[in-house]
Amino acid sequence: MNRLEGLSKLTGRERYIDDLRVDGCLWGMTVRSPSPRGRLREVRFGKSIDWSKFVVVDHRDIPGPNEVYLIERDQPVLAAEYVRHVHEPVVLVAHESREMCRRAVAAVEVIVDDEPAALDFRLPPTPEQVQYGADNVMKRLKIEKGDVERSLASAAHVVEGVYETGAQEHVYIENQGMLAWVEDGVVIVKGSMQCPYYVLNALKHALGRDERGVRVIQSPTGGGFGGKEDYPSNLALHAALLAMKARRPVKIIYDRSEDMASTTKRHPSRVRHRTGFDRSGRMIAQDIDVLMDAGAYVTLSPVVLSRGIIHGAGPYSCENVRIVGRAVLTNAVPFGAFRGFGAPQTQFAVERHMDVCAKALGMDPIELRRINLIRDGQTTATGQVINDGTDRVAILDRAAEMIDLRGKRAEHESFNATHPHLRRGVGIVCIYHGAGFTGSGEVMLKSRLKVAGLADGRVEVLSSSTEMGQGTTTLFTKLAADRLGLEHADVLVPEPDTLRAPNSGPTVASRTAMVVGLLVERACDDLRAKVGLAESARGAAVKTALVAWHHAHPPVGAELFGEAEYVKPPGISWDQDNYKGDAYGTFAWAAYAAEVEIDLRTYATRVTDFVAVQEIGRVLHETMARGQIQGGVVQAIGWALMEECKWEKGAMKNCQLTNYIIPTSDDVPPIRVEFLENPYAHGAQGAKGIGELPMDGPGPAIVNAVAAALGVAPCEIPITPERLMEMCEVAHVG
Amino acid sequence: MSDENEKMRVGFTLNGEAIEAEIVPSERLLDTLRYTLGLTGSKEGCGEGECGACTVYLDGLPVNSCLVPTFQARGRRVETIESIPPESLGAMLASGATQCGACTPGVVMTACWLRRHPELLKSHTAREIMAGNLCRCTGYDGIIDGLRDAMSGKGAE
Repeated sequence: MNRLEGLSKLTGRERYIDDLRVDGCLWGMTVRSPSPRGRLREVRFGKSIDWSKFVVVDHRDIPGPNEVYLIERDQPVLAAEYVRHVHEPVVLVAHESREMCRRAVAAVEVIVDDEPAALDFRLPPTPEQVQYGADNVMKRLKIEKGDVERSLASAAHVVEGVYETGAQEHVYIENQGMLAWVEDGVVIVKGSMQCPYYVLNALKHALGRDERGVRVIQSPTGGGFGGKEDYPSNLALHAALLAMKARRPVKIIYDRSEDMASTTKRHPSRVRHRTGFDRSGRMIAQDIDVLMDAGAYVTLSPVVLSRGIIHGAGPYSCENVRIVGRAVLTNAVPFGAFRGFGAPQTQFAVERHMDVCAKALGMDPIELRRINLIRDGQTTATGQVINDGTDRVAILDRAAEMIDLRGKRAEHESFNATHPHLRRGVGIVCIYHGAGFTGSGEVMLKSRLKVAGLADGRVEVLSSSTEMGQGTTTLFTKLAADRLGLEHADVLVPEPDTLRAPNSGPTVASRTAMVVGLLVERACDDLRAKVGLAESARGAAVKTALVAWHHAHPPVGAELFGEAEYVKPPGISWDQDNYKGDAYGTFAWAAYAAEVEIDLRTYATRVTDFVAVQEIGRVLHETMARGQIQGGVVQAIGWALMEECKWEKGAMKNCQLTNYIIPTSDDVPPIRVEFLENPYAHGAQGAKGIGELPMDGPGPAIVNAVAAALGVAPCEIPITPERLMEMCEVAHVG
Repeated sequence: MSDENEKMRVGFTLNGEAIEAEIVPSERLLDTLRYTLGLTGSKEGCGEGECGACTVYLDGLPVNSCLVPTFQARGRRVETIESIPPESLGAMLASGATQCGACTPGVVMTACWLRRHPELLKSHTAREIMAGNLCRCTGYDGIIDGLRDAMSGKGAE
């Protein structure tokens, strides 16, 4: 089965939001704050512009509360009296000509009485920089198991380390874009997004309307990676406000520079580890402190921090663990969701730290991991008992075998001793990723999905799960077709439209195939039952029954639905107050290995081989699953080696693809992927989530390989040539 | 500041057909194709010639249409993704060369150009030639594999 919309994309016929021609449509554009923090004194509209030709919107045009509805409501739709970051939206303009919009935006001056901004999350704020509580810490979380201090005191070895990761820009190739119009009194928004119901809730709240007054339609979405999880709510509100005032359709399409400058990125992090081992190398205590930069508003940071700390101890068994997490508000452009959602940061730290520990203990890093990898019957940091029958040591050994760890090490030793300027190394890591919302998140979401039985015998899957390249349309088609014994052509999966699609939750957290996919199967079962068929009915019997139902239920157009709502898998329990219990229904497990070559003339690091071995329940679609892993690995290679946000007043200075560098085809090797299968009872066809897993491993695998090649101990990514040169000069390498 | 209404006419061959378009002098070929001529297959990813999503052929050579002023196309041959026959893309479909699809038209244009000039593979790798087209989804394996399969005649051609 090929990707269903694949040919449409290959031939350029797929119509993204910027491809839609809309009669009478205006372009919208945004005037932004020049200051990272301060009181908004005045907005001056330049005299060079005939403002009567423009639609202009500011905070006074917002019918409801001036709040972007999310976890907290601290972020205004448009700044009213105060700004908290550079590029914060203040005024919106619309005009028929995009060029005139650009000129108008340039002619508006936003005057801010600057106040001291907090721009380095690692430093405690000065009293003048405090903007939240006593220290700008917006969220504190703690996981505690056993007695860490006592165990550290009795440990044969204690190894410490500090690890830092930088921000990362999503670089979905389709920039953010949204179209809004008003039709029969209903505000309709259509655009590039991951989560139609997040957008719907944001519109309802700030526009002061109920669900009958707003409607959200997802257009084909050119990549998301988390970057279109929360920000589209802001953009949808902007487009809607302009359209309501203009009484005409309005489209806002960011260009690359505006998109990179003003939308969210991966949270920068600093993680401290203090780890106690006994004489045999068994880990007896893990003391972990996680600090994340939330940026200027809360957005999704509390949940990012939560996932981060839950994955912070790595896939190991340890009886005494303390993980403290803090997310701190600064005056940087808000950080938000990005593939992995905090887990790549904390797993970079723990997996890099494992190699640092191995070196301190005089052990082989692979042996140290083998000893400590979690076995069935043992518990994670939150006390979740792992008992899934997966052999995690075998995964590690398979990755080592595929990359030929022993052979490569020996080969590199002689190569590095003789080559004038090239150095080679290999690194290996173990990672895990919990799929679906954390803790009771899925229970609270109460995701719903419908499968409509149509009069011609076909079925239609109605959900809010979006296709953004990861394959939702194809997978849902396959799941429904398999369940009902239908041809793929008999299954329709329309783009989500909140008018028809129930809320299946957001398209995030590696939850679509596993969690929502299961709802597809259960809604198919419900549909079959509704037309009086036995569970074994398949194919022609189903089609005939659907046609007959419609025949028996005039008028024509009567709707027949199979429905499903999320049901918590049995035996799962989570204590949100104490961070104890089953953090996730299941975890995907993996071991990743990287081989690198560093050129000491340029300090450029090149990944020359990469192996990704993972157990993901069941592979639903081989090509798409492999594509998820390969794409995620390459995105993480970028984060590890070259993608660096340069900051000025808390905003990205290098907001262009000319100087924010992502990997090209020539920067990466073929990514060698192997899947191991161990079906998960509560995922569609046994699947576990895989979308985020590949983001977790490459960073530490590459840095471990660089450390092996050079004998230095980098603890920060990206390891750009500049950073590596500095480190090598200090260590007199080369 | 130039007058918004100061227009000029430019004639060129578009996908084998002689056409004329009314443009403003500073207009980019990408915008003329997308907004004036309605050929939205070419995408804007970066607007500065880095990502390749807007790749078209100008007199048979791949160029970033976001960097070409439309008047420079006067009297020349422009070919866009709309000129590529779908039946030639079976191998790339099967290999997973597209995910989100935003970079894809540009990727396909460069890939098809390489297929027309296989001799380039004597001096360059496919990965080098494809390096002007950024893709954030596939990690490039799906693209490179599909290209290889297409060039070796494998896949559902």
